[in-house]
Order: sequence, then C-alpha cells, then structure tokens
Amino acid sequence: MRKQLLAAAFAAALGLGFAGTGPAMADDEIKLVHQDWPWLGIFGHYDVAQLKRGFQVYHDVCSNCHSLKLVAYRNLGGGGAGTTGLGYSDDDVKKFAAEKQVPDEPNDAGDVKPRPARPSDRFVSPFPNDNAARAANNGALPPDLSLIVKAREGGPDYVYAILTGFVDPAPADFKLNPGMHYNKAFAGHQIGMPPPLADNVVTYTDGTKATLDQEAHDIVAFLNWAAEPELDVRHNLGIKVLIFAGILTILAYVLKRQIWSDVPH
Amino acid sequence: MSDHAFQNRTIRWVDSRLPIFSILHHSTSGYPAPKNLNYWWNFGSLALFMLVTMILTGIFLAMNYTPEATLAFNSVERIMRDVNHGWLLRYLHSNGASFFFFVTYVHIFRGLYYGSYKAPRELLWWLGLAIYIVMMATAFMGYVLPWGQMSFWGATVITNLFSAIPLVGESITTWLWGGFAVGNPTLNRFFALHYLLPFVILGIVGLHLWALHTAKSNNPLGIDVKGPQDTVPFHPYYTVKDMFGVGVLVMIYAAVVFFLPNALGDVDNYIPANSLVTPTHIVPEWYLLPFYAMLRSIPDIWFIPAKLAGVLTLAFALLILFVVPWLDTSKVRSARFRPVYKWLFALFVVDCIWLDWIGAQVPNDSIVLEGRLATIYYFGFFLIIMPLLGWFEKTKPLPTSISAPVLKAQEKA
Repeated sequence: MRKQLLAAAFAAALGLGFAGTGPAMADDEIKLVHQDWPWLGIFGHYDVAQLKRGFQVYHDVCSNCHSLKLVAYRNLGGGGAGTTGLGYSDDDVKKFAAEKQVPDEPNDAGDVKPRPARPSDRFVSPFPNDNAARAANNGALPPDLSLIVKAREGGPDYVYAILTGFVDPAPADFKLNPGMHYNKAFAGHQIGMPPPLADNVVTYTDGTKATLDQEAHDIVAFLNWAAEPELDVRHNLGIKVLIFAGILTILAYVLKRQIWSDVPH
Repeated sequence: MSDHAFQNRTIRWVDSRLPIFSILHHSTSGYPAPKNLNYWWNFGSLALFMLVTMILTGIFLAMNYTPEATLAFNSVERIMRDVNHGWLLRYLHSNGASFFFFVTYVHIFRGLYYGSYKAPRELLWWLGLAIYIVMMATAFMGYVLPWGQMSFWGATVITNLFSAIPLVGESITTWLWGGFAVGNPTLNRFFALHYLLPFVILGIVGLHLWALHTAKSNNPLGIDVKGPQDTVPFHPYYTVKDMFGVGVLVMIYAAVVFFLPNALGDVDNYIPANSLVTPTHIVPEWYLLPFYAMLRSIPDIWFIPAKLAGVLTLAFALLILFVVPWLDTSKVRSARFRPVYKWLFALFVVDCIWLDWIGAQVPNDSIVLEGRLATIYYFGFFLIIMPLLGWFEKTKPLPTSISAPVLKAQEKA
C-alpha cells in the first residue's frame, strides 16, 4: 500500500514516471516478534558456538540457492570470540573453501581451468549469474545474503519471522499463485522460497537439538555476523572510547570551572 | 594588527615579516568575547569540530573508495570488512553528517533567537547561510556515493527537481547527469564535487570567522559590549568551555557510532543500486526532510504546475533566510526581552520539527494538509510575524550593560 501511494504521489508531484506497477495488496502491518539476540546492547556479543551452528545451516541448506558474495572463506577462521572471525581452524577453512571450484588464472597456454577455492576467495555463488538463479527458481531471484539482516526493516527479527512464518496449507480464502508459498511475515504473503527449515534439517556437530526454532535462531545469528562481522570489536572499542571520553569531559569541565572561577558571570 | 609584544626573539623576527603570531594572538587571547555567553554559543565550535572530523575521515575513506557504478557498493563493503578500522571510519563519516547538521541547526536557531543576524552582523549571517547551503549539497552528493538503492533513487528524485525549470529544465538535468539517467558519469562527478565542496566550506568558515572577529560576538542579552569589564579573552575562557562542549558531543557521537551505527540510515541503502527496482519509500536523510515536506505539499498554483511551485517554495524557504536581517524590524536583538517573539519563535522551532516529521511520512490527504499548514507557518513567521512584531511588540527594558545584571545579582546575594 505504502509503495503504491508513494510512487503515485511521486509520479504526480514530480512527474518522474517511475510509479510502482504491482497490484494493490492488503495493507496489513506485519508485527515482528522481538527475539532476544545475544549481540544486542552495549555489552552484547556474538555466541561463537551459535555462529558455527548457523554456518552449518547456511552450508547445508541456504547455500544451495543463496549466494554470500561479500564474505570470504578466510573470514571463517580468525580468533573467534571478540574478533571479526568465526574461529574455525586453518585446516577447516581450507576444507570448506576446497569444496567449491573457481576459474584459475589462465595457464601458459592461455587455457582457463577450474581450481579448488582458497581461503582468500569469497564464498562461491550457487549459480553462475542471476539469470541462471532465476531459471532454477521458478523465476524468482534468491537474494544475496551478505547484508540481508542490514537491508531489511526489522533486521534479525524480520529474517527470523520469514524463516518461521510459513503456513501450509495457506488460509482457505487466500489465492496462492502456482509455485508460491504462503508466509505470514512476507509483504503480500506470497514468497517464492519454499520453507527451507524444519526440525532436523541439519545434524549439529555440537550435539544441539536441531529444532526449527533453534535452526532459525542460529542461521539469523550467522547472517547477522555476515552483515556486520565487526560487531564484537566495535562494542569492545566503544566501551573503551566512552570511558576515555567521559574522563576527558569531566577533566575539561573541572578545568573550565577552575579557569572561570575569577570571573563574575 | 596587534600591539602585543612577544618575548621570544625568534617569534618577533618571524612576526615582523609574516604576522602569523599576531593574528593567532589577535583571534585567541587577544580576542575579547562577551563574558555572558551561554552554552548555546558552544555550537559554532562544535560545527567546526564536526567539519574537521568529516574532512579527516572522508580523506581516508576516499583512499579506499572506488567511484565507479559497478564497483562503488562493493568498495564500501570492502572498507567495512577488509580495511583496518574501515568500519569505524565509515560509521564516523556517515553518522558524522547527522551530527554536523544537528549542531549547525542548533547554531542557526540560536542566531535566530538572540537576533545575531542584526546589524552589524548581516554578512556574518549570510556567510553562515552560504555554509549551510553548500553543506546540504555536499551531504546529498555524499549520500549518493555508496551507490545503494536510496543513493540511486535519492539522486534521481533530487536531480529531477531541476527539470521543473521551464524550457531549459530537461537539458539542465541531462547535463547534470552526464547522460539520460543517473549513472556512472553522475557518480564520478558527485565524487569529485563531494571531495571539493568541504574545502569550499572550510574557506567560507574562514570568512565567517573573519566577519565574526570584526563584528565581534553577539551575546544572550543582545546588547553591545560597553568596555573591557564586559568581556573576557577568548583564550583560555572560551577555548576551555568549547573543549568541554566537544567532550559532551564526542560522547553522544561515539554512543551512536559504536552502538547504533545504522539507526539514522535507511535499510534500502544496503541493497545495491538497481535502476529497474524502485524502493517502496524514497526519503532523504532527516536533515533535508523539512524541505522535502514543503516540496511535496505544494499544489498547482494558478498557471504554475505543482512541481515547479514546489521547487520554487523550496528555493524561497532557503533564500528567505538571507533577508531575515531586514524582515525583522525589532530594535531589540535578544528574544529574552521580546515576550511575544519568544513564543512565536518556539512555535517556529516546533514547526520545523513538524515539517521534518511530515517529510518522512507516506503522503496521504491529511499529511499533505499538515504539510501545507506547516509551510504556511514557516513563511508566515518570516514574512508576517517578523516585520509586524517589530512595530507592535512591547519589549522589556534592556539592561544598561552586560556586567550590570551580574553585579546587581551579586549585591543581592
């Protein structure tokens, strides 16, 4: 509803002619349920075990259709808690990278041969280009997930709501287009993505019970990390900066009182 | 320039050939500032602090940014992920724009409340307005650089405003774009200008300070300085007060940068620019919303189409600020002694915040109506209230000097 109104107002007011063309849809504001994510708040930080479980969900499920172009395999390594990395060992990182093939540099004869991906490569996309992705997905383009949490109103709560918002069968009075799926949280309620998660879709290596709710929380945590891997570092530095600035400000205030003490004002 | 005799022989030698130390002395310890300036007078130095912060962070961002339509978005993400503390530079810069505007708005409102634009400070006021207008252009072009969805569509909407100009509008828009739509040439020139304009601002800031040090600071009483008993040297009295102000600003700024870095941004700008998909809701950043609200509220006026009328309204909303020194007919500078103006001014501040809110809303009939009412008050404040109040308002008696009320209060104590 917002889209049509605004686009119409814009086209009318500014004559730009880029009015939305979608059919009018019911204006039902979708209420997101706020989840208690561990990285929220000044002292919030990622739970590395959860990020690793989330990576497992991405690796086993999401990566079949969704790219993660901005994240490199080397980002899975690093120091773990308090750093930007996920804390996998160098060998693990190499192993994850080598599962995919990328085109090598041209050899001396000028031929381009595939080679296994290296930790320095970015995550290899499941499809060679957007058209191939659409062709394999009933015309819908699975969005890149690198920034999905930052690029949606509601952030992690929204992604969680989508992943847990599938209703099958759709409500009786709802007209679902062929190949589409009913989702409570998605605008217009028709989504091209089939329900990706269910109980026991993955088998967690750390023994955690893989319920739908657990999987959804874990993958959202991983995607939040993919969107802002610097969060732990940022929060830690932020606390130090605030303490430093606080002391400096108090000293400046005391000095100001001292200097002004001889002026009647 | 100054009668100040420097003790150090080397300084004396340099100063007699290039009076750089005299100038420094003249504008710091030798600059007499009214001793009754309140904390609202901190915001000028805060704006300078933000300008310097923006230039410094911006230079380092530019070292890592690629102004090319297919690479720009990813180069910003590379800054966020792979450049050492790149996320800090970028969040300082993107949130810094908001803080720069916030302190500048307070600075402008302070000038309006205490009548700082009145003689002999008209040119000082003009230079400040020039800074503000160049700031808006700079901020707008900077917002385009990450080349996200809101960058692209914001650029499309704003540059399209020029197409409202009769006859030559379309040609001007094409010329601005460097093509037939916002594209790579637009991004390139916006980057070049975004790097240039802050130094233009810096130059005007120099003139602004020059004019200030010539006309000297206004003060909360709005009366002229009578003699040395009314002033204190700018340094150390106001340098230390400004230092405290900067400390407070840095704390709030840091809290946002480190803990809410995306709260003021639009989620759509984390989606790469796509000329085929229009975002559901195109909105500028908060600091431009009052003007956006006016733009959208204007209907067809007689033979002027709504779009042109809106653009003219937007232009007049800014230009009218330049004639404020002559629209205001009151002999009294400070609103402290203007019992009616004080309240109508407060209403004007509320009106600007209201316009800001309206600019962010999805326009429907009631929002458009609210926009019109708020726009009418905006212009009415300058065109009707300011000239008429000067004649009708009964002002309170002014104190005889800046030190008089202080000394009187001390006698009582």
